[in-house]
Amino acid sequence: MAVGKSVQRVDGVAKVTGKARYADDFTMPGMRVAKYLRSTIAHGRVLTIDTSKARALPGVDGVFTYQDIPKKKFATAGHPFSMDPGHVDVADRLLLTDYVRYMGDEIAIVVADSDLTASKALSLIDVEYESFQPLVNREDILGDDVPEIHKGTGNVVKTHSFVAGGNLEEVKEECDHLIEGRYKTQIMQHCHLENHTAYAYMDDHQRIVIVSSTQIPHIARRIVAEALDMDAGLVRVVKPFIGGGFGNKQDVILEPMVAFLTKNLEGIPVRLKLDREGGMIGTRVRHPFDVKVQVGLDKDGTIKLIDFDALSNTGAYASHGHSIVSAGAAKTHYMYPRAVYSCKAKTIYGNIPSAGAMRAYGSPQMTFAIEAIMEEAARLVGMDSVEFRLKNGARPGDKSQITKKPIMTCGLLDTIRKGRELIDWKRKRKEWPKIQTGQLRRGLGIAIFSYGSGTYPVCVEPASARLILNQDGSVHLQIGATEIGQGSDTAFAQMTAETVGISFDKVHVVSAQDTDVTPFDTGAYASRQTYVTGQAVMRTAEQLKTRILDYASIITGLDVELITIADDNIVIAETPEIAVMSVRDVAVDAYYDKNRGGQITAEVSYKARNNAHVFGCTFVDLSVDIPLCKVTINEIYNVHDCGVVINPLGAEGQVHGGMAMGIGAALFEELMVDSDSGRIYNNNLLDYKVPTIMDIPDLGAAFVETHEPSHPYGAKSVGEAPVISPAPAIRNGILDATGVAVNELPMTPKSIFKYFKKAGLL
Amino acid sequence: MNRNISCTVNSKSMTWQIDIRMSLADVLREHGYTSVKEGCGVGECGACAVLIDDVAVDSCLYLAVWADGCNIRTTEGESKEGKLSPVQQAYLETGSVQCGFCTPGLVMASTSFVEQHKGQKVSREQIRKGLAGNLCRCTGYDGVVRAVEQCIDAEE
Repeated sequence: MAVGKSVQRVDGVAKVTGKARYADDFTMPGMRVAKYLRSTIAHGRVLTIDTSKARALPGVDGVFTYQDIPKKKFATAGHPFSMDPGHVDVADRLLLTDYVRYMGDEIAIVVADSDLTASKALSLIDVEYESFQPLVNREDILGDDVPEIHKGTGNVVKTHSFVAGGNLEEVKEECDHLIEGRYKTQIMQHCHLENHTAYAYMDDHQRIVIVSSTQIPHIARRIVAEALDMDAGLVRVVKPFIGGGFGNKQDVILEPMVAFLTKNLEGIPVRLKLDREGGMIGTRVRHPFDVKVQVGLDKDGTIKLIDFDALSNTGAYASHGHSIVSAGAAKTHYMYPRAVYSCKAKTIYGNIPSAGAMRAYGSPQMTFAIEAIMEEAARLVGMDSVEFRLKNGARPGDKSQITKKPIMTCGLLDTIRKGRELIDWKRKRKEWPKIQTGQLRRGLGIAIFSYGSGTYPVCVEPASARLILNQDGSVHLQIGATEIGQGSDTAFAQMTAETVGISFDKVHVVSAQDTDVTPFDTGAYASRQTYVTGQAVMRTAEQLKTRILDYASIITGLDVELITIADDNIVIAETPEIAVMSVRDVAVDAYYDKNRGGQITAEVSYKARNNAHVFGCTFVDLSVDIPLCKVTINEIYNVHDCGVVINPLGAEGQVHGGMAMGIGAALFEELMVDSDSGRIYNNNLLDYKVPTIMDIPDLGAAFVETHEPSHPYGAKSVGEAPVISPAPAIRNGILDATGVAVNELPMTPKSIFKYFKKAGLL
Repeated sequence: MNRNISCTVNSKSMTWQIDIRMSLADVLREHGYTSVKEGCGVGECGACAVLIDDVAVDSCLYLAVWADGCNIRTTEGESKEGKLSPVQQAYLETGSVQCGFCTPGLVMASTSFVEQHKGQKVSREQIRKGLAGNLCRCTGYDGVVRAVEQCIDAEE
């Protein structure tokens, strides 16, 4: 049995030995280097640009400005194409621009024989700007008589509004208590260790090959074709090993540009690699939210309604902006599904770096607000924070207020009970003083979350797999799904081994994706692959198994009903210890017998038409040093219901990584923008505080397994969800320790100081 | 301006003619040691860490000319005859590998730490201090700490 076991990653040896090759590890003779000229203002217009000196520099192959590029705007969000015209992505990008929308906007690009020549050429370009007041804060962006960052938008990307589960105003009348809060979250950056990088060359006069660090090779292919107005079949996107993405590579950022450059330079290979500073402002960030939320409840602590008004700033370009708030609202409503759920949301443009997809896609921001106000609600009615959530949280039998469909599997309450035990909540509650007064105070915090597995029914969910039986009885698995570090290749190998009946080490996963070769899948996002692609892998594996057995039946003369595959052998189904022949021998016959057979393969393309909801919680025990305004985590646990755990070691790793990112969101990270100039203060890994190993305590990950009936192996998603609940749990822990409600992220000493001062603690 | 340097890389003697402006990271990568990764290029992330005379160094910040006469170790050289080093093996067993981009640098920093603390009792705090120069965004470092602990325990 391969599913459910902690197996070694299929790419593990390649990675620990440094043999794994990433996009920058491939070179081609004559490869050129491209570099962007980024704007030095945050908002304005290029009046004149003189590139003559740069063009004349020896070693420069080309200089392109906004004057030289296709005039067709395109959308960069890595979503599948939508056949519904009301649901298409926002096409607001050109390859280069003369209207500057953030500090660092791309107005020209140089191609040269080396890094140094390219940098020198950039310094020789003269630009004259007309500057406008940068619009950074909501008051400025939505003010009267302000310039439109994108014409005709009023600086609003999209508004959303829905009420689910009842009549909001009527229920408000019925509630014993109505409480309100306002919560703000910060701009974060993904900080995957591998920066964005891509190169392209041409195979002939038409065909463009792009090698890119992307989560979405098949989507990138379509978007490049759209941006350059060419057929998708002429674009080939190759994805080698990827050094992390977290959503920032679920966006088409460099691929259209490298394709454009090689196309305009006789097909020579051109590499465009962002440095860290360029990547931190010139790719995507997490949307900062400003959320007003109202909760209605009864005296006994029953939550009756949750009413949001959320504002999200997508920055310079829409990217995923139009869908982040709605996805966040939809996925978080499963936490408390018996309450009326109302959401009004507005996404605006601003002169800050463009925000896109980032791990959990709007849910962390919404959950910070929900779990903060729930803590206030619990305290208002005098209930224990855990009991309050046990009373109101989702339980088996609940239905979605939005889709009206039942939640198939829900282990939320069990995760809460398990977390309560792990942190020793009851004992600490009993023993710790109710009111603390010293300089060092200790608190307990909890927050829960809900999330989805994929994007259905909002988006199409296609996945494909191909299996080939090799001469040695091993199989090659080709999949369109994208391994970016999360471990999906390993999970697919486990599923294949399990269903075909061969050993795990006999499954070779083709990890590099190549859209000319691999079957269609939309890629790594929305925690979709184990769940969605897993459904295609299982079907492909069953098909392969059937074909192997059909052929074995021909060879052996045994009725196909009587035989099956176990431990790499064809065996008698009723007595599996009796091996008839090996799968290897079947393969050899199929390949080489002169009169029968042929290569045994299987291929399935499958669209998932389901979505499974995952649940869980964070429990934290922390200390707050009042004079230093410093929070120290003593113990922290994330408990997850992600269905059947396919690979415990891998799932634990996902949870740990998400928790660390959540702790970063809670206590350290913020991309800071000066509201007067639009300048980004900390576009590097020294000043932007990605947690180091010193900043992250020992992490506890635990699971409550449910068996999800919509998935062949009972699995649900685990990739993104771990990042959601640590920040609100820590916020609630600080409240517990100090009595002070910190309502914005990050809760750095600088921000906590303000709150402590106001509360009279300092 | 070019200059010749002689050094040992993973026990092999090398003589390379290099542009004196080049970092050791760039020179190593040009010669095929692509385990040396560039995450920032300015010594913030540790993805390019190699051992120079057994001390972990960010090779992006280290001029290649300084490596003249030095003994350099990269991740490629840590597994011998198809067998992983104890640190590499421990990384796999503790689930400390995800995207793998920080892994070579972390493996080298961990190797240096383990070698320097042979036979000693070390705390998790010491391990964390020893690896504070290496960023990882995927794992939350939990497995990394356990991997180093496991190697040190095995050395005892």
